[in-house]
Amino acid sequence: MSDLNTLTRTWAGTHGTDLFGDIDLRLTDTCLRDGSHHKRHQFTAQEVEDIVRALDESGVPVIEVTHGDGLGGSSFNYGFSHTPEQELIKIAAQTAKRAKIAFLMLPGLGTKEDIRAAQDNGGQICRIATHCTEADVAIQHFGLARELGLETVGFLMMSHTQSPEVLARQARIMVDAGCQCVYVVDSAGALVLEQTADRVAAVVAEIGHQADVGFHGHENLGLGVANTVIAARAGATQIDGSVRRFGAGAGNAPLEAFIGVCDKLGWKTGVDFLQIVDASEDVIRPAMPEECKLDRMTLMMGYAGVYSSFLKHAGNAAERYGVSGAKILLEAGNRKLIGGQEDQLIDIALMLKAEQDKAAANS
Amino acid sequence: MTTGSTGGKLTAAIVGPGNIGTDLMYKLLRSDVIEPRWMIGVDPTSEGLKLAREKGLEASHEGVDWLLKQDVMPDLIFEATSAYVHREYAPRYAEAGIVAVDLTPAAVGPAVIPPVNGEEHVAAPNVNMITCGGQATIPMVAAVSRAAEVSYAEIVASVSSVSAGPGTRANIDEFTRTTSRGVTEIGGAKEGKAIIILNPAEPPMIMRDTIFCAAAPDSDRDAIVNSVFAMEKAVQEYVPGYRLLQEPQLDEPSAATRGQLKVSIFVEVEGAGDFLPPYAGNLDIMTAAATQVAQNIARAKLASGGN
Repeated sequence: MSDLNTLTRTWAGTHGTDLFGDIDLRLTDTCLRDGSHHKRHQFTAQEVEDIVRALDESGVPVIEVTHGDGLGGSSFNYGFSHTPEQELIKIAAQTAKRAKIAFLMLPGLGTKEDIRAAQDNGGQICRIATHCTEADVAIQHFGLARELGLETVGFLMMSHTQSPEVLARQARIMVDAGCQCVYVVDSAGALVLEQTADRVAAVVAEIGHQADVGFHGHENLGLGVANTVIAARAGATQIDGSVRRFGAGAGNAPLEAFIGVCDKLGWKTGVDFLQIVDASEDVIRPAMPEECKLDRMTLMMGYAGVYSSFLKHAGNAAERYGVSGAKILLEAGNRKLIGGQEDQLIDIALMLKAEQDKAAANS
Repeated sequence: MTTGSTGGKLTAAIVGPGNIGTDLMYKLLRSDVIEPRWMIGVDPTSEGLKLAREKGLEASHEGVDWLLKQDVMPDLIFEATSAYVHREYAPRYAEAGIVAVDLTPAAVGPAVIPPVNGEEHVAAPNVNMITCGGQATIPMVAAVSRAAEVSYAEIVASVSSVSAGPGTRANIDEFTRTTSRGVTEIGGAKEGKAIIILNPAEPPMIMRDTIFCAAAPDSDRDAIVNSVFAMEKAVQEYVPGYRLLQEPQLDEPSAATRGQLKVSIFVEVEGAGDFLPPYAGNLDIMTAAATQVAQNIARAKLASGGN
């Protein structure tokens, strides 16, 4: 047992002791980015300031702030932002005393100009996400980010859809382009334990010490923390989570729970468990429209392998056209939709409505 | 200058014997006003050059430099290489008096969308075809904006991964920038946004596009819907596989639509299967639009006798 929990790779082992001490795992809280989906992109400046302060004081080393779909995400397709994300990034950077502010961008939606603006506003870590077979669309953005002196992270989204070997090849493309940490991203919350470990291990084997490896989990099958633990054992040294699960779908791996687990296992994160638990109750919960729930809709996402941020959009389309939201999600899985194709959920709802109307006319 | 035009047709050279260039050749071979006579590449083993020879074109792997040294020059050049190559050669085409139809995002000349401004630039020395996503969506933005005031339009183009070549992948920012500029300049929206998604599903998905427009709250709803249906027919004249998947959806003004009437239009573009498989509607609509625009140019030139 104790052998299992001896980490073969640690953050401090690669990067040495920094502002956060001799930490084994570097954590990124993403409730101000992934949680933006749950919040329908309605974060206010005050909420961002309060949450960043609480996370920063608890010792969280990285805080991600952006529209849920990354830079440029404010749109009809993904939902318009209440407050422009660049303003939120600026407020976050001004508020954080120790934590670095990260931002997300998806090539095909965000652009190099958006990256420059985010850096001007104080963002220090550029996280670039592609579908896990399309890493080459990000080459120009990694190049720019490194040129600008930003720290870089690559996200291989929907990792459950591809084999460990495919992910390793895609990770190689990102690293060769200048990516300093490749994340295995379980966007649908569909990976089950060893499936996570095998993917992380394959990426570690491919890129060795040329870059770090990270893991980003979702709770759609209730495995967020368990998958994250097994990812760390397999060599992931950067870990995502959201306090109180505040994220898309059933939410992300709950960061405070993972921190508690790390304390139990003797893995150093530099975050104070009691402080982060207080922040969860007193600061994060009040900013949430409701808790992130494991219910029919979110379970369906993990089960059918559907991109977590489809949740609210499927709900909107179901309500607008009087059809089953769960069926919309199942059909999204059948059609093999990937992140970004929220528009197709409306088409699915219209198809279901037509079938429903036809059945009613025949009965 | 000496051109090769004969028998009431303009002659054409296709530069770039890849997927786009080869598909374009099949379409031009059916034209009654354009004769594709040359296929130009740089790789002697190119499959496209071989196919062109089989179809009776003169094919060379010695590049544009070879073409520009010939005694007889084409009237038209179709650029199916990359933006970088076209920017380099465009001045030389112009110098030789050859009209360029540019299928790269170089945007040297004015942008053309056949059913919107296809007749406007028939005298231009160089015309640009924007992007595949632009060709598929800008007609619909224009359809809404000719019936209502459009303050903002946003397009989402989903294409199969296998149909997105290295050029698109390396320059995805250019795709979004060039397309969103077309959404405003030709589509008629005050503000524009473009999003592209590459989906690796197998079997490959047929190109799908969604167009969202924010129209003035008091717009004539029926006029918008009728205009969209009319535009579907206009595009089908040169891309038979272009179709609305659903009736246009109208969402009444609310906070979520920022107080505007939201018009959502869903289309699918199935290719003609000339050279590329039918799922690659994104490439088909480019070659079909380029053919259409070039034919307009050819007809104008032939009619004026100024060739």
